[in-house]
Amino acid sequence: MAETHSLQDLQQPGVSSKVFVQRDYSSGTICKFQTKFPSDLESRLDKQQFEETIQTLNNLYAEAEKLGGKSYLEGCLACLTAYTIFLCMETHYEKVLKKITRYIKDQNEKIYAPRGLLLTDPIERGLRVVEITIFEDRSVGSGR
Amino acid sequence: MSAVMITRKVRKWEKLPGKNTFCCDGRVMMARQKGVFYLTLFLIVGTCSLFFAFECPYLALHLSPFIPVFAIVLFLFVMAMLLRTSFSDPGVLPRALQEEATFIEMEIEAANGNVPAGQRPPPRIRNVQINNQIVKLKYCYTCKIFRPPRASHCSICDNCVDRFDHHCPWVGNCVGKRNYRYFYLFTLSLSLLTIYIFTFDIVHVVMRSVDKGFLNTLKETPGTYPFKTALDGAGLCYDIESPVLVCFFTLWSVVGLTGFHTYLISLNQTTNEDIKGSWSGKNRVQNPYSHKNIFKNCCEVLCGPAYPSVLDRRGLQEDSPAPASTAAPNNSNNSSSSSPEPQAMKTTAPLIFNEHTPEDAKPSLGAPAQKSPSPKEEHPPPSKVPPLASPEPDVEASNIKDKSH
Repeated sequence: MAETHSLQDLQQPGVSSKVFVQRDYSSGTICKFQTKFPSDLESRLDKQQFEETIQTLNNLYAEAEKLGGKSYLEGCLACLTAYTIFLCMETHYEKVLKKITRYIKDQNEKIYAPRGLLLTDPIERGLRVVEITIFEDRSVGSGR
Repeated sequence: MSAVMITRKVRKWEKLPGKNTFCCDGRVMMARQKGVFYLTLFLIVGTCSLFFAFECPYLALHLSPFIPVFAIVLFLFVMAMLLRTSFSDPGVLPRALQEEATFIEMEIEAANGNVPAGQRPPPRIRNVQINNQIVKLKYCYTCKIFRPPRASHCSICDNCVDRFDHHCPWVGNCVGKRNYRYFYLFTLSLSLLTIYIFTFDIVHVVMRSVDKGFLNTLKETPGTYPFKTALDGAGLCYDIESPVLVCFFTLWSVVGLTGFHTYLISLNQTTNEDIKGSWSGKNRVQNPYSHKNIFKNCCEVLCGPAYPSVLDRRGLQEDSPAPASTAAPNNSNNSSSSSPEPQAMKTTAPLIFNEHTPEDAKPSLGAPAQKSPSPKEEHPPPSKVPPLASPEPDVEASNIKDKSH
């Protein structure tokens, strides 16, 4: 709770622009984002730091969509119960999505918020983009 | 005054711009036209109840009590799969918010360069390389996004659907990434059920005929209806009970459909791609999504991870995307739908303009209860509403005024 408040205070200045990191389809339709560093962030953020964040996100999504014994087992068991088990059980994918939400919150607090940036969880944008909001400098004051 | 407080919680499904209906506060999502879906339900339930009522008692007594038990299990599975296919989100891709749309627009303009006046701008296509194949991504003018590979815009539901297969009127929903396996299992189990019922109908008629003679059987079986169907290669004409008739016609279509989808799954194709001939081998374009292994393709489609819905239909509606400065902090707070704090919703009311066109505005409200397509008539706008406003702000404003106190 305390964190969200401090975040909010920090975000009082207006948004100067938004950067959208697009999906990388080179290895198929699995959820993966481009690690190319957007030039708009150069003044605020290290290239390395950005790449690390996106790479971690990509790894998490890859973990969620991994095909293998575990996911096949989950699929077959669910099928045997006519998928009614999903009414009371969380899928592996949903668990990873929660992990991603936690990771993004954590990254926002540690790295992005102090630099006047805000990451938006890709699930809120339909897993199409990672939205990075760039806020005006705090010295400018309320930009409304 | 630009902000009005409303106490009612607005959930996100109420604002989704597609042509869908929602039930149970957003838990159930379907297409608008459901007539054929009710027909499907009626045919399946009707045929099965005739079978259970008139044939099963005899078969259970004279043959085995496991016959009805297995039929019931199969029937329940069919119904579960049908409802699951019909009621779930097929994998709808949410439309781009204002800023994202502008961002994409800017990128397109930058890529196209200056187009001389009077000339048509080049088509909005983005090429991406997928597993060493070039795939074209088309821009969707309704959703304001470049459609991801395999996605397509369903004209009936007015949504972009991921891994779009087809819009199936029989299940009353699109078939896409999220419900394809349910759809396939539905057709598969329905084929089994029809074959099962058809077989035991015949067995039933034959057994009774042996007992009492064929004509007496027809008279005594209350499920008998004077339908005629040519069944036999020998050209015999039988009067048989109606389940047989329904089963007979369903058999060929459903079994055929199951076979077709089995073929598609083994190649990891969608019906949409098959119809378009996307990977037909022309220009040496091959399906870049296939694992080149029938078994692995089947596993991926049928037992792969269950993708969650990205719509967050039951999430609470935040501020309109338009005023970005207030929208952003809210997003971070509500990033998980489970955030329990009861927030009073603030709306910068009648001035909201989403990217909807007026015709999109209709579905965004009134979708749940309405049967007729024009919510405007159902909610006669109160006299206070300025007559100049376009349809959506109209309804929205009236709504807010109703709810605020």
